[in-house]
Amino acid sequence: MARQKAIFVERRSYRRRRMIDGLRLLPFVGLFLWFVPLLWTDAGPDGVSTADAIIFIFGIWVSLVAATAFLTRRALGEDDNPPTGDL
Amino acid sequence: MATLNVLVAVCLAYVAFLFAVAFAAERAALRGRTNWLRSPIVYTLSLSIYCTAWTFYGAVGYAARSGLEYLTIYIGPSLVMFGWWWILRKLVRIGRSQRITSIADLISSRYGKSNLLAVGVTLLAVIGTTPYIALQLQSVTLSFEVFADVQSGGEEIAGQGSNALLVALGLTLFTIIFGTRNLDVNERHHGVVMAIAVEAVVKLFALLAVGVFVVWGIGGGFASTLERIDASEIGMWQMSGDRWASLIFLSAAAFLCLPRMFQVMVVENEDEGHLRTASWAFPAYLMVMSLFVVPIAVVGLELLPTGSNPDLFVLTLPLATGNEGLAMLSFLGGFSSATSMVIVAALALATMVSNHIVMPIWLSANGSGVQMSGDVRNVVIMARRVSIGAVVGLGYLYYQFSGGGTALASIGLISFAGVAQFLPVLLGGIFWRGATRPGAFTGLTVGFLVWAYSLLLPSFGTGAMLSEQIMTAGPFGIGWLRPQAFFGIEGLDPLVHAIFWSISLNTFAFVAVSLITFPSPLERLQGAQFVNVFEHSQGPRSWSGSVGQSEDLMIMAQRIIGAREAQALFEREAQRQGVSGFLPEPSPDFLHALERELSGSVGAATAHAMIGQIVGGASVSVEDLMAVADETAQMMEYSSQLEAKSEEQARTARQLRQANEKLTQISVQKDNFLSQVSHELRTPMTSIRAFSEILRDSDKLSEAEKVKYSSIIHDEAVRLTRLLDDLLDLSVLENGQVNLNVQKGMLSDLLDHAVATALTGSGIDSLKVTRRRASEAVALHTDLERLSQVFINLIANAQKYCDADQPELTIEVGRTDETLVIDFIDNGAGITKEEQAVIFEKFSRVGAQKAKGAGLGLAICREVMARLDGSVQYLPGQGGAAFRVTLPDRVALAAE
Repeated sequence: MARQKAIFVERRSYRRRRMIDGLRLLPFVGLFLWFVPLLWTDAGPDGVSTADAIIFIFGIWVSLVAATAFLTRRALGEDDNPPTGDL
Repeated sequence: MATLNVLVAVCLAYVAFLFAVAFAAERAALRGRTNWLRSPIVYTLSLSIYCTAWTFYGAVGYAARSGLEYLTIYIGPSLVMFGWWWILRKLVRIGRSQRITSIADLISSRYGKSNLLAVGVTLLAVIGTTPYIALQLQSVTLSFEVFADVQSGGEEIAGQGSNALLVALGLTLFTIIFGTRNLDVNERHHGVVMAIAVEAVVKLFALLAVGVFVVWGIGGGFASTLERIDASEIGMWQMSGDRWASLIFLSAAAFLCLPRMFQVMVVENEDEGHLRTASWAFPAYLMVMSLFVVPIAVVGLELLPTGSNPDLFVLTLPLATGNEGLAMLSFLGGFSSATSMVIVAALALATMVSNHIVMPIWLSANGSGVQMSGDVRNVVIMARRVSIGAVVGLGYLYYQFSGGGTALASIGLISFAGVAQFLPVLLGGIFWRGATRPGAFTGLTVGFLVWAYSLLLPSFGTGAMLSEQIMTAGPFGIGWLRPQAFFGIEGLDPLVHAIFWSISLNTFAFVAVSLITFPSPLERLQGAQFVNVFEHSQGPRSWSGSVGQSEDLMIMAQRIIGAREAQALFEREAQRQGVSGFLPEPSPDFLHALERELSGSVGAATAHAMIGQIVGGASVSVEDLMAVADETAQMMEYSSQLEAKSEEQARTARQLRQANEKLTQISVQKDNFLSQVSHELRTPMTSIRAFSEILRDSDKLSEAEKVKYSSIIHDEAVRLTRLLDDLLDLSVLENGQVNLNVQKGMLSDLLDHAVATALTGSGIDSLKVTRRRASEAVALHTDLERLSQVFINLIANAQKYCDADQPELTIEVGRTDETLVIDFIDNGAGITKEEQAVIFEKFSRVGAQKAKGAGLGLAICREVMARLDGSVQYLPGQGGAAFRVTLPDRVALAAE
């Protein structure tokens, strides 16, 4: 039993580390997505309408907020003392 | 005028409400009920001072002019918050562990507590922030005018400038009251933070209210608003990619570097855990703040007459549609944005100005007078108050002189670009240990010069600061130095151009100079502490002080952090050290803790200087470290000396033990010898007495019997004489009274004689002697008789004691460097180790005394050889008993 428990803890801390990796990666994901508008062509028949742009940009925003909230919670738990070292 | 009066009344009531909130928060903090003051929500809301009046009013105007570009101002900070694990987490930890009070403090502290750097950063921050404060004052004044215009129907209202003055005065008062109430060691202001949190809610609510009104009140719902947007003049995505990318970078950099953001984000941070909530909650706040900007802009453009200021749509739309209540709410939102920004910016700048400019000047003006002169605490607080007044006053002056014109509108981004110059030095400082002070100084200088030249000065308009000629042809006609086309690269947007060149040249100079310069020891220590803040939050640097200084430190600390707090601190430290009373030992730990406490009030560099003044000397220098290393080396040497001594003593003790053993053995031998000598003497004496009595008393002896008995008496007498001769000989030799009869002769002859003499009277086979005559051809010049005596003795010993069946004696002659050696080796059992130690002693006899002899032979040999400047030793490990006779070479050489 003790052995199984150890495996369980190991898995959990592994999960936490991957969550922190995700946290680290998130700003770059955001930057990438928010740089997508650079590819859009300017005004013209093929242009992107402002309404669509708003939906795209705010969609990214909402997803990033949700992802950060989720990852932060999963990575650091509810305890008041998050792990401080670089894991 | 009713609306205007109501507006003024509401405004005053709102201000009173803010005062009350701040006051209540201070009271609650004093009573220790800080749970709700310290919630992550309050922290997140306090970050919203990022959204100033420029963003509250200006975002709509920005959107009306440039479409979605305004979003970059919110996207940058959002990215920084999403990436909190990278930078903010480290900044906050450093801020807490080093008691950082401002961004100038952070930079100066990182680069060896350099006050010069702190002064530089402070000045640049003031330059960058003053126009921004002016912008806030302008926005409040403009929004007042909107109401006044509506009321008066366009009539000019007198004294609009006085509005700005009143606002400036009010803000100064508020900041002074709640920003300098106490010199908190952590530089945290619960009242201010609470007030700006409330203002954050008000401005968000106000903007949301206007947005909801516009979308669902005027626009006719979500979908139709989107249609309106697409139909409007900003309906198509039009964006230059370089501006989009540069502005996201710029706003992210400014978010980290703005003094007011640093103040709320790092300095006022109560708990690192708050960052976790803020990391998603603040981007959410920003998103909501920017959500209705485009609809408001589009509807404003559609409904309001052309030519109306889009910057004021948030206010004019509700007014134009007759919603005065909503307009008032909107006004309060803008008012909140402006005031919270001014309050925090003034506070942050005042902290920097007083800590890094006023206090150092005051300290140096008062020389060593930290202990003697007046109350430092009051000086610090006064410096803060004056600085707050000065900062707000500067903003007001700027507003007055710039005439409140449209030049201010662009100042937001210019200001951002100015403070963004801190970014390379800031990030380099916390991630790169190789960053040095000269590097930081150079980088900042280059960055600010480029920024001022390419962005700030041209912003005043062509001809105002830089002449037309410089703008088009470059200074002194140097074309590649044109302010908006460096290196001849034209066509870039001026803002993008300035950001690109200032940040890249800044970074380049910073890195290059850092690479070629060498940091001071303190700088290196601080660098390691900053970069590796998660590994050790305790500082390795230390003070060294003497006991008498504790009292001086106490006096100083009382003046800075207050008598009660200082006493509590000292008592706590004393208890920790196990000392009773109020005066702890000025241990490095204590001094370090005290320095941090003080730096919370007066900044790291000043605290460092003040403690340095009292303790004397700076903190540990390389020389100190070397001295310490010296001491350590001395101690190590001393201990190794002790070790050597104790080893020597052990050796001596061992020798003494050996000597003692030897003495004991000798004593036993003496006893043995005495009994032996008495036996030796007694046996012949008994025979002599008995036979002489027979000769005397018996008459019937035959002639032959007489001869026989007489000869026995004679033999025994000879034996006695020989024994006595030996004893006498030894005594003479030992006393050094011997006269050497030095002659010349050959070693081989001497050995021949010795072998013949020693073996006289015994069978030929009793001892087989092996010699190598070739090696024996050595001429000698010494006392041959004595030497011969030694040889005879050794050969006779071999004959007597060799216990082999066929005894053999090998005589080998050899020469080493400076000696002639003659070895006598037999094939017997040899001599045991215990006996080897004593065989050369007088009266010692080997074995069970099976052979005759008084045990004087080898002792005599040793004495003889000593007289001849040679030696005779037992040579172990030769398969039998072996003796080595050593003669100095000169004995042999002399003969040649």
